[in-house]
Amino acid sequence: MIHPKDSVIVEVVTRFMVPFIQIFAFYVIFHGHYSPGGGFQGGALLAGSVLLQRVVFGKEGSQSGFASRFGIPFGVTGILLYAGTGFLAQVGGGNFLQYDHLPFGLSPVYLRNVGILLVEIGVAFAVMGTLVSIYDDLVGLQTRGPDARMHSAGPVVGKAVHFSDPLSEVRSGAVRARRLAEEKEGRDAD
Amino acid sequence: MARYLGVLVILCVGAVLVYGGFGLPAFGDANAPAATHVSDHYIEHGYHDTHTPNLVTVMIADYRSFDTLGETIVVFTAGLACFLLLRAERRRREDGSE
Repeated sequence: MIHPKDSVIVEVVTRFMVPFIQIFAFYVIFHGHYSPGGGFQGGALLAGSVLLQRVVFGKEGSQSGFASRFGIPFGVTGILLYAGTGFLAQVGGGNFLQYDHLPFGLSPVYLRNVGILLVEIGVAFAVMGTLVSIYDDLVGLQTRGPDARMHSAGPVVGKAVHFSDPLSEVRSGAVRARRLAEEKEGRDAD
Repeated sequence: MARYLGVLVILCVGAVLVYGGFGLPAFGDANAPAATHVSDHYIEHGYHDTHTPNLVTVMIADYRSFDTLGETIVVFTAGLACFLLLRAERRRREDGSE
């Protein structure tokens, strides 16, 4: 029986693709001034790279990439960055989000340019953290406890999570051990 | 009975909406109210104000920045609602079982 978790091809291709997706996401964010793109799209791409890892390596196996507990803090950071830019403009003597009063010592035109960039980065943070957080909540795997897989709600979710949790077992050699045991069983039956 | 009443309400409201749709300006009408007040100013001064060639970015992140802040908060609120409903619910169930 071919298990989803045993596919080396999917794992290798994912490891290969994730950095490129993230680079492209940053390109989309920072090139939003000159081409279609910006915070929302770039943040969605960043979240996509994390979710690809989640799907392929399982939620536990992908915690080293982007831990689940960072989802909501990333969202908060993004919104604080956005609103903080607005308040910083107020500190500089302007209205809320009036970028040409940001206290950075540039000409007003370039202050507005920089303000747009700061805001886009904030949006990207918020969107990325929120999307990853929603996925983690829906999958619903606790990342603590002795056997976290057993704690997920409902049999269907638990089963799906079980399938999408390859790396820990691969690392510990559990997959190999199980195969050996199955083969031995088959031999014994013969 | 209630179902037919609902269909009737939908038909009436839909008819009103379609009737209202006839009053809209034509698609791409340069003299439409929406295209005569601030749009020209944005298109003419957008690059000069911010040195950003992408007018859409200028629109959503500079001229309409407050609106975009609201959008971001909406997205985040959706994530927070999922967090509070799903994660808290699951934690409570676990505590009950243990």
